[in-house]
Parts: sequence; structure tokens; C-alpha cells
Amino acid sequence: MIDWTFKQVFKGAGFLTIALLGSIFFMLMYNAFSFFSRINPIDFFTGIQWDPDTSYSIFPLLVSTFLVAIGSMVIAVPLGILTAAFLSEVAPEKLQMILKPVIEMLAAIPSVAIGFLGIVLLGPFISKLFGIQNGLNALNGSILLAIMALPTIITISEDAINSVPNSHREASLALGANKWETLFKITIPAALPGLIAAVMLGLGRALGETMTVLMATGNAAAIPKGFLDSVRTITATIAIEMGEVPYQTTHYFALFAIAAILFLISLSINFLGEYFANRLRKFDA
Amino acid sequence: MEEIKLSARNLNLFFGNKQILKNLSIDFPKNQVTSLIGPSGCGKSTLLRSFNRMHDLSPDARIEGKLKMDEMDLYNKANSVTEIRKRIGMVFQKPNPLPKSIFENLSYALHIHNFPKAEIPGLIENALKESFLWDEVKEELKKPAVKLSGGQQQRLCIARTVVLRPEVILMDEPCSALDPISTRKIEDLILKLKKDYTIIIVTHNMQQAQRISDKVAFMYLGELIEFDSCENIFSNPKQELTKEYIGGHFG
Amino acid sequence: MKKKLLHAFDWLLLLGSTLLVCTFLGIILWDIFSKGLPAISWDFLLQYPTDGMTQGGILPAVVGTVLLTFITTLFAVPFGVACAVYLNEYAKHSLFTNIIRASIRNLAGVPSIIYGLFGLALFVQAMKLGTSVLSAGLTLGLLSLPYIIITTEEALKRIPNSMREATLALGVTQFETIKDVILPKALPGILTGVILTLSRAAGETAPILFTGVAFYINGVSTSINQEFMALPYHLYMLSTQHYAIEQVRPLAYGTAVVLITLVFLLNIVAFIIRSKYRTQD
Repeated sequence: MIDWTFKQVFKGAGFLTIALLGSIFFMLMYNAFSFFSRINPIDFFTGIQWDPDTSYSIFPLLVSTFLVAIGSMVIAVPLGILTAAFLSEVAPEKLQMILKPVIEMLAAIPSVAIGFLGIVLLGPFISKLFGIQNGLNALNGSILLAIMALPTIITISEDAINSVPNSHREASLALGANKWETLFKITIPAALPGLIAAVMLGLGRALGETMTVLMATGNAAAIPKGFLDSVRTITATIAIEMGEVPYQTTHYFALFAIAAILFLISLSINFLGEYFANRLRKFDA
Repeated sequence: MEEIKLSARNLNLFFGNKQILKNLSIDFPKNQVTSLIGPSGCGKSTLLRSFNRMHDLSPDARIEGKLKMDEMDLYNKANSVTEIRKRIGMVFQKPNPLPKSIFENLSYALHIHNFPKAEIPGLIENALKESFLWDEVKEELKKPAVKLSGGQQQRLCIARTVVLRPEVILMDEPCSALDPISTRKIEDLILKLKKDYTIIIVTHNMQQAQRISDKVAFMYLGELIEFDSCENIFSNPKQELTKEYIGGHFG
Repeated sequence: MKKKLLHAFDWLLLLGSTLLVCTFLGIILWDIFSKGLPAISWDFLLQYPTDGMTQGGILPAVVGTVLLTFITTLFAVPFGVACAVYLNEYAKHSLFTNIIRASIRNLAGVPSIIYGLFGLALFVQAMKLGTSVLSAGLTLGLLSLPYIIITTEEALKRIPNSMREATLALGVTQFETIKDVILPKALPGILTGVILTLSRAAGETAPILFTGVAFYINGVSTSINQEFMALPYHLYMLSTQHYAIEQVRPLAYGTAVVLITLVFLLNIVAFIIRSKYRTQD
């Protein structure tokens, strides 16, 4: 009897958790639909200006969001995969014992602290380097997001490289290939699905990050022409405007609508990541 | 007097503090098949892998003694490991095709060793024919190698080794993961290949050793107990241990 | 020879990347600690801010963050652990549980600001809890749930089935098996996951932006229905929104030092528990 009761308690907690998490999705969708009942979705996606009260278009925000996130991947992907390769294939065990905590520490630093350094350290550096007035721009955000995505990319890539069966390495070495040829031509290609999963999860992290981009990218809500322009991502827009917007106005619903789009984007990227991670697991068997 | 291809002199091998091979000396004759037999853990595979220096990969392995191919000292720093592994090929216990197509499994090492591009397709065709695999795969060279059956995979691994024209082929229980029919095909292949290559094979299967070997070495606890022609070992072993092992009393 | 040169290049590439990653951490820590440590004193930690935030300490922000994390823990840990126990010990492997697991994994990847929006809509507005430390704590709790469920389930999975069978075969009920054998054995693993999750929650800013955090409150918040100050938000406001940004920079650095130290301390505790646990096995 006690056993049955507790089973129901655990089950109840489980279902409540899932219900709560599931309602996030419905809350977003409900409010987004409220928005689209007032504003034409075509204007929303094709307009060129985000200017509350006159024009709600997600387009410049989307361009900004992807510009910063993809810029960060250009930096973080090669760096992350090469570091993972160094960790799992080259570094002796003692060095690994030092390097792994370093990566964990990097992962632990709160995003607001990274954004702070974007303002006080990286911003002035960028403005001096390129001779521009304002160092708070897409480049700044990309570099900071790269640093934040690195631990994710390194950890998952390292798992992927480690899970390549040793027999592949032995086969290659026994044919007279050296360590490097084996690493670049056999091990890394064999780990590719896992590496793609790592990149996807890193990208998801970069797309969804708020504080860093809010602090370091300048927040100009126009379509950026390059990495030295100020940008304003979806997350930063929500952070800036949600605090001041009256409850259940068009503007309020508009912020939920862009959040819903962001949610769908990060959901699809997570699913893609999972798909590739599963392919790696199958390949193991 | 037969010509010696590969030899070990006073070979001692340690993993950490554990001694795996004890003062072992042996000569492998050219263009013959030599089987290494003995109970599990006697050091057969370890001996095999010391010739193509696969122990270089384990940091706690330590080797003493002389290992030679012809007159070349295999552990002399002046000789490149990759060159040695190209000349001494290896086939593993479990078929381990690379995660690439059939064709790429063979072309991979050819590219690594800078064979002229134009010659590669021809070399691959020859190697596949030599390994009795050509007729089965010639239509689907682009197919992933893992799609082949276990026996085909192992013949592919042999082809992958043969395509480099090595002088020696080391085989570490190449049939232990295969069914009897695939095993038979590999044995036929081994007998054909010995014309051109010196073959050393580790096996647990006494019938197999009898079917394919010219010479047989019996090892026990890291030592070479008896080394003789196949006929002598199986019909007239001199050592009591050998007799017991072949008779199936232990191992 | 050409090959050798190429391989030296490969080696440098890998080593260089790794060193660069380490350099990032080095620069971050060096800049923050070298400029922030001079601002740290007992007064800084134990005093209220004064003179429009240009003087004084950060006590309310420290207290706020601790209180916030405490509420997060009270909410997320029982539900998270119970959910993981249900999934791993009771639920049969079915399409349904697979869907649940997949959604939990995906929810762990949902941007934190979306949790903030949800907290605003659910706790602040629908449940009428107002902008308060309670609303913010519950919001962070939601954010933490997926991580706690995932890490707890991993800890439970590491316990061999033979251990469950051993007690069940003695006629012990499943609940008693979980209570007396499974949970105690999995405790270090669960604790590690919980602490790491809380260290992440303590550093979060986006989810609390609209659910209750304030730049300045009078005194230390003691009621869970009030707005509160928090370290990460304090750092954000000092570095972007203050009227005398240059003047308060040392205070911002000091706040960053306190925040990072707090997070690192939690990580070190988790690290110690984990390494003790490993040597036991």
C-alpha cells in the first residue's frame, strides 16, 4: 500500500514536471497566435524594420541573431574540434587532468561576466584595432559567444572522437599511416556525426544567449551590413523591451511571437544535433 | 638451408612491471606460413605485434632485444615506423574495415604512401583479385565497406594489406570471428599468398594450423617451447607441454 | 622531409588551439581578478549601497542571490529528482517515456530568456505572484528542472541492476529499495548534478529580468513576495545602465569577482564530491 502510494507520488511529480515544461510551448504559441491575429505574418517576416508601434518585422533581428551566432561558430568550431583532438589523441593523461578543469571553469563563468568583459576589455580593443568609434558590435558578440560555446563544443567533440573504435586507428597505423594522417583522415571523419552534433549544440547555445549579446553588440535594430556594425538579436530585443511594455498589447504579443520563432529555431537545431548524435551511436554498434 | 625473413633475438617485452615475453628467439623463414599456437595469454599476439611496432602505441610497453627483417633492425631510430608498417602488413582478429567505401579502403594507404594516382585503380583491382574478392564486389566498389559480410570484410582487410606489396603479412587470429565457409576461403587465400609473402599467423584452431602451416611455433607463458615443421609438431612433438596442448589437455 | 614539416605544423595547430582556449580563460580571470580584488573588503560584502550606488557594498545583492538560489533549490530538486526516479525506476520503456526524455533534453537547450517570458506569463501574471523573489526563484527552478532530471537519471543509471534485484529478491518493496539502496548509492552523483545546476542558475540573468529582480531596494529583502537584488543583474546594471558608469567600474569589477568566486566555489564542491565518489567505486 505504501509502495503504491509512493509510486503515485513519484508519478505525479513526473507528470507535473512534464506538464509545466509542456505548457511553455503552449504559452508561447498562444501569445504568438494572439499577435498574428493582429499583425499580418507576411509583414512580420518580410518587413525590414523592427520599430514598436509602427512596424513589427523580425527580419533585421533574425539577420542579427544569425550573423552573431554564425560568426561565433566560425571561430569556435575549428578551435573547439582541434582542442578536442588534442585532448583525446595527443595530450598525455597528466595534461588532460589539467586541461579538463580549465574547460569546466570556462563553462562555469556566468554570461553576464563575459558580457561585462565585452564592454570593458574587448570593445575598446576592437575600436582601437579597426579605428572605429564603437567597439560594441557583431564581431564583439561573436568572439564572446565563441568563448561561451567552446566548452560545449570541446566536450561533445571529445566524446565523439573518443568513441571512434580503436580498431580504425590500428587499421590505419598498421597500413603505415602516421599518427597525423590517421587523426585527420580516419579518426576525425569517423567522428563526424558526433562533431556535427557538437556544433549544433554550440550553435543552439550561441543563438539563445541573452546577456552577452545584450551587453556587447550595441543593440542597433537595423539590418547590419557587416561584423563591425551594431546589431540587436532576438534575445536582446526581448530583454530590452519586455520590461517596459504594457500587459497584452500588440507590442507585448510581438515579443512573444519573436520568442516563439527563436524557440522553434533552437528546437530544430537541437533535434538536428540529436539526430547526428544518434547516428554516431548507431555507427558504434 | 631456408632463407630467414624475420627474426627475434633475446626478446623481452614488458607491460609496466609485467613481463609478457621472456628471452624469446625465433627465425621466420621466407615465403612460408608459420603458425603461432599456444594457450590464451601466452604472448602470441604480443610477439606478432612487436614486429610491426604496434606496441609503440602503448606508453607502458618496454622492449629489449633485437628484432630484424632481413638485415634491417626494426627498432633502430633511423628506420621510419611508417615504412616498416608498410613493408610488414597486418590483418587483425576482428575485421576492421575503415568507415569508408570499399575502393577507399584500398586507396587510402596508397595515397598515404604517395603511389602515382594513375596506377591506383589497377593496383586495387589486382589486390582484390588476389584476395578472391573482385568478382563479389567489382560492381559496387563505392559501397561502404561495413555493408560487406564478415568474411568479405576480412578478405577486404587482407586486400588492403596486399595492395601495398608488403614483404611480410602478420595475421592475428584472422578467422576467429568468421563462420567455417568464410574461414575456408581465407585459408585458401593464405596458401596462395605465401608464394609472394612471408606469413605469420596466430591461431587457436589446431586443425587450421595443420591445414595451412609450413612451420609451427608453440608458446607458453611468454616463452617459445617448441618450433619445428608442421609435421613434426603435430605428429611427433618433442616437448611434453606441446604434446599436452595439442592433445587438448589444457588451453 | 616535406611530410615531417607538415606534421610539425599539424602538431602546432592542435597545441596552438588548446593554448588559445586556455588563454581565453586566463585573460578573463586575470582581468576580472586583478581589477576586482582591490574593491573587495568586508565593507564591500557587508554594507548597503550608498550615494546612488557609487559607494558602499553589495550586501542586498549577495543576500538576494542566496535567497533566490534557495527557492530554486526547494522547487527544482524535489520535483527533478522525483521525476528522474519515476522515469528510471518505475516507468517502463515505451514510446511515451522516450518522448518525455526527448522533450526534457530539448528543454535543456531552450534559451533562458524564454524561461523568463514563461515565468512572467505564468507566475507573475497568471498566478498573480507579482514580480518577486518567489516568481524569479520558480522561474529559475523551471530552467533547472531539465538539468536536474538528466543528471539524476544518469546517476541512477550507473547503479547496476544486480543491486536492485538483490534487495527485491529479499522481499523488500520497490519503494524501500529506492529509499534504502538506490537513492543513498546515487546520492553523490545526484548532488554533483544539483550543485552544478544551481551554480548555473545563480549566475543567470535573463530569466529574472522580468520576474522580480530590481536595481535597488531599500534594505535587505526578507519577504519572498518582494522584489530583490541579485549579483548578476547588479553587474549588468552597473556596467550598462548606471548614470556614472566610469565611476562605478571598480564596484562592477568587485561584483564580478564575488559572482565568479561564488560560482567557482559551488563547482569546486561538486568536483570534490565527484572525485571522492569515483575513488569509492
